[in-house]
Amino acid sequence: MNALFRPGFARILAAIAATLVAPGALAFCGFYVGKADASLFNDASQVVMVRDGDRTTITMRNQYKGDLTEFAMVVPVPEVLPEESIKVIDNALFERLDAYSAPRLAEYFDPNPCEVRPERKGMLGMFPQSLAMDAARAKVEEDRGVTVEATYTIGEYDVVILSAKESNGLETWLRENGYRIPEGAARALAPYIRQDFKFFVAKVNLAEQAKTGSEFLRPMQFSFRTEKFVLPIRLGMMNARGPQDLMLWVLTRTGRVETTNYRTVRLPANVDIPTYVKGEFPAFYKALFSEQAKREGHRVVFTEYVWNMSWCDPCAADPLTPAELRGLGVDWVSSGGRRAPQAQPVILTRLHVRYTPETFPEDLVFQETKDRQNYQARYVLRHPAKVDPEACPAARAYLDHVARRQEREAETLAALTGWDIDRVRDRAGVVPRRRGWWEEWWVGMAP
Amino acid sequence: MKAERLQWSGVIHACGTRLPRDPRVYQILFLAGLLGAGALARDFTLRPEQMALTFAGGLATQLACVRIVGLQRVGVLSALITCLGLSILLRADNLWVHPLAVALAIASKFLIRAGGKHLFNPGNLGVIAGLALIPGAWISPGQWGSDIASAAWVVALGAAVASRARRLDTSWAFLVCHLGLAAARVVWLGYDWPVFVHQLQSGALLLFAFFMISDPMTTPNHHGARIAHAAVVAAVAFVWQFALYVPNGLVWALFLAAPLVPVFDRVFRAERFKWGDNRALPSPAARAPSTTTTVG
Repeated sequence: MNALFRPGFARILAAIAATLVAPGALAFCGFYVGKADASLFNDASQVVMVRDGDRTTITMRNQYKGDLTEFAMVVPVPEVLPEESIKVIDNALFERLDAYSAPRLAEYFDPNPCEVRPERKGMLGMFPQSLAMDAARAKVEEDRGVTVEATYTIGEYDVVILSAKESNGLETWLRENGYRIPEGAARALAPYIRQDFKFFVAKVNLAEQAKTGSEFLRPMQFSFRTEKFVLPIRLGMMNARGPQDLMLWVLTRTGRVETTNYRTVRLPANVDIPTYVKGEFPAFYKALFSEQAKREGHRVVFTEYVWNMSWCDPCAADPLTPAELRGLGVDWVSSGGRRAPQAQPVILTRLHVRYTPETFPEDLVFQETKDRQNYQARYVLRHPAKVDPEACPAARAYLDHVARRQEREAETLAALTGWDIDRVRDRAGVVPRRRGWWEEWWVGMAP
Repeated sequence: MKAERLQWSGVIHACGTRLPRDPRVYQILFLAGLLGAGALARDFTLRPEQMALTFAGGLATQLACVRIVGLQRVGVLSALITCLGLSILLRADNLWVHPLAVALAIASKFLIRAGGKHLFNPGNLGVIAGLALIPGAWISPGQWGSDIASAAWVVALGAAVASRARRLDTSWAFLVCHLGLAAARVVWLGYDWPVFVHQLQSGALLLFAFFMISDPMTTPNHHGARIAHAAVVAAVAFVWQFALYVPNGLVWALFLAAPLVPVFDRVFRAERFKWGDNRALPSPAARAPSTTTTVG
């Protein structure tokens, strides 16, 4: 079903409408009018990674909507995690981070050319189906080479940490314990076993889940120390049909994060687009992302946002408070005060990947750069002033300028999204400019 | 300056009937092409003013050093290569990183010397200075992606340049060792072969093999020693990347292995490379340590 017509989307629209009237929506330059949050990409894996030296905290959001008895997840982790390093966090924290960093729309209003005014400058291994699993047994399964290293109940999850000697044994163990895992799982598990990874396996504890009073599962968070700045995504591709989406927020001290074994590129942004997009920004952003991902052959990692988290402009949502940042695992900020202090910078990089098993044969390997330049996927609407051509001498020149600008905006929109230019012109109310003979010739030559 | 005019005349000859002998002319053309392709098709986050400052800083440093040292037959071709290399590799969020890195890189050719040759590949030293010392600088090993077409181009262009500089042995020895280790890792860990193919097509790897490690001035003079040196660089890079999990293993490995070059040159005697002449040089240089100075 199209994500745009899901009930969740109505909530986003309501939120956008609320922002439009809220006084807090006024930003330094332009008005913040809308955002395209992660819920748009409904099957996207959502992960927050906090990296400080070799200390890593990973939070994974489970948007699992099926029978809770069938939910299970398997994630390779570099060590046996002690109980205190695993917790569940509030879904709201994810939503805050998503809202703060979402691609956004900003709008400006042209001044009336007849009024002279002073010039202003300005994933992871997710096996969605498993049978009910018996309580994990804390004993060595000699014949399978699988060791149950630890078992915990954390929040609404029963967690087992496994180590394994060989992948067929692990696959068999998982099957025998009720996981309906895809064919060929052993093949994908083998490299992790060889690298001495442990396996974090979680299922829902129905009694504990009932106590939370929520039908949604909360994000699970775990911390460990490792030199490997890696996100394992290959396990989750085993039963993939078509491209999959991953939204990744990385929080670091020094600078922007990028992948070293794949290209990391910024999405085309900070361009003017027709004002009618205001009513359908999510559809625009979805089309833009799909078109750009397709053009790059699903081979690149897109950067959607890089910002020092102590501020924003325009703000899609207020920056996270130190308490919220600490909740996500950013333990280098002190918990006092409402705003993140400048002295302890937190750089947020929001990455969005659409990958296929063929185009992403390896897990994502990252590096933290020393790049502190801010970047946001921001799209600009410019509302022309309503003015009569005869109102003043400057009016006609202004209207000509607006007509040329609107044609450019329509062309930009069509190029970014792959939408038909004539339909875009229709929607934007743009009359196509008469082209010179050389332009006609050029267009005729194009394939 | 006279020598410079001579070298520029080599470039001009390229447009006429005679092709220039100096491989650096081809290297400059190919690197300029790569830089253009990177800026246009690979969205390099390199600002035009950073590039302009790289060239201004690089050429000024070269001319100043040549004047201070009082050398006669030294031109600007090598300095241009260093400027192009750093423009392609180094990224920064401010304007002063590029001129500083390129000045350090070129000054190192005159200051850090052993056995009549400069010790560090200037482009490599500039990158290491950026990574280790200069705030706001970084390199993006993933910036080339791993498209088959771009990989093939780098191999073709790089092979042409390296063969004119008679250092193709270094490039291939490095690639064979590095990819051999990568293949062994793929087999050992039980990965599928597309993982290996992905690593094989890495633009950064091929660029390093054909345009950095193959620099004839900073590789050993003896053929066998060059093979050994390339193998050492490949092994160190492999350990750096896959055992220590630190990024940018290739440039660090070349930097760390540079002090081995004078050792190799002392143990395995052979004639020293000279730019602008692809014919075999007379042998006295091979037998007795040369007293002439070569900067390039």
